[in-house]
Amino acid sequence: MGPRRGRQAMWRDAALVAGKDLRVEARSRVGINQVVPFALLVLIVFAFALDSDRNMLISAGPGLFWVTVMFSGLLAIQRSFVIESDDDARDALRLSGLDGAGIFLGKAGAVAAQLALLEVVLTLGVIVLYGVELRGPVMLLLTCLAATVGLAAAGTVYGIIAAGLRVRDTLLPLLVLPVLAPVLLAAARACEAALAGTPADGWPWVRLLFVFAIIYVTFGVVAFGPLLEEA
Amino acid sequence: MTISPSSASTSSRTTTILGWLTVVSLALTAVMALVISPADVNMGDSVRLLYLHVPTAWLAMYVSFGVTTLASVLYLWKRTRSRFWDLTAGASAEIGVLFLGLTLLIGAIWGRITWGVWWTWDARLTTTAVLFVLYIGYLAVRKVPASPEVQSRRAAIVAIAAFLDVPIVHFAVEWWRTLHQDATFLSDRRLLDPQIGGTMAWTLFLGVVAFTLLYCWLMAHRFRLAWLEDRLADRAMQVAIDERRAEAVQS
Repeated sequence: MGPRRGRQAMWRDAALVAGKDLRVEARSRVGINQVVPFALLVLIVFAFALDSDRNMLISAGPGLFWVTVMFSGLLAIQRSFVIESDDDARDALRLSGLDGAGIFLGKAGAVAAQLALLEVVLTLGVIVLYGVELRGPVMLLLTCLAATVGLAAAGTVYGIIAAGLRVRDTLLPLLVLPVLAPVLLAAARACEAALAGTPADGWPWVRLLFVFAIIYVTFGVVAFGPLLEEA
Repeated sequence: MTISPSSASTSSRTTTILGWLTVVSLALTAVMALVISPADVNMGDSVRLLYLHVPTAWLAMYVSFGVTTLASVLYLWKRTRSRFWDLTAGASAEIGVLFLGLTLLIGAIWGRITWGVWWTWDARLTTTAVLFVLYIGYLAVRKVPASPEVQSRRAAIVAIAAFLDVPIVHFAVEWWRTLHQDATFLSDRRLLDPQIGGTMAWTLFLGVVAFTLLYCWLMAHRFRLAWLEDRLADRAMQVAIDERRAEAVQS
């Protein structure tokens, strides 16, 4: 198989896996019924914790938004591997002969799609509950894009490491949260800059987010196959 | 079956000599730091804490985690794959986490005296804290039960993923805010013209040497301990297999 065919197969496998994951999610409705309400709940809890002082909520908005995305993202990643552990579906996936890199891209893509949806809902939540006014749409969109891809890619790599272990629910946050620390920092700062109308402060952060996304997507493409073999 | 006492020990002639060298150099560092070197003009006596702070940070961040990363890469590379590298990576990370914890602790005490706060969200501190948690995660992965080979490969991949994160975290928090002073030796401007001089520089240098020796000594013991544990597990397995075989032959 030439490299061209190999790459085509990888993308085809990615589309297959992503389609499967999204279909399972859409039918189980766990995302809609549990993860989205959980995310909104976190926004409300933050407001309680910060004494619902409007100015404070507006200034803390970007940070709270991304913390919420990160926590909900953890749930989405865990879900993405739980559906694989039921009925030994992971063994089936391993035996399916699909390209390891393709499976990674598919699973990460599905997680990213769910996160993107979640971000839309959360943005509405931040506007309604915290009274944040959106400004600098280009930067906000690029930030969301890069941060989502980075979150999904790094999360999927660690998801497969923790998958199938008895301690996965506690191990995954321990592994992922420190790795995602720069994403949280950069995404929150970029959004802050965009909302404050000072985009010049935000671009370095957006670049950093893209670098993070590229590094972890590449790492996942290389490492996911071997990791899946032994999960 | 028991392991004979001589092979069960983690020390040898070399490690004994290394151990004594470490003790002597640490004692010398203590004397230099506490008695001979002068108090700092600005910081007063609290500067003496830095003779511990800098060497522990050096030991943890550069030596230990450097060795862990290198050993993990060598483990993943098929031509050099061996249990040796996996055990080396694990032993080194354990020592690194311990000394990074000490670095943070000593730094907090020093910060309380000098800056008036235990902790501040400055770039270097934040990076170090993230690094600390990253490697705690790595050690947690090492402890997750699996077959030895799976465990080793998984650990090696986590180590490399963590290492990839280090420069990103570094830049992120560097831009975020910075209060910590610049690198004392390793920034290009300072290399030829270090900020500190005379006795202070020598004390710091001696501290770094002493802690490097300490690392080597701890590493030798920790590695051999891991190696013996490994052998013990193999042997227990062999004994169990032999017993089953004996039963099968008898019946």
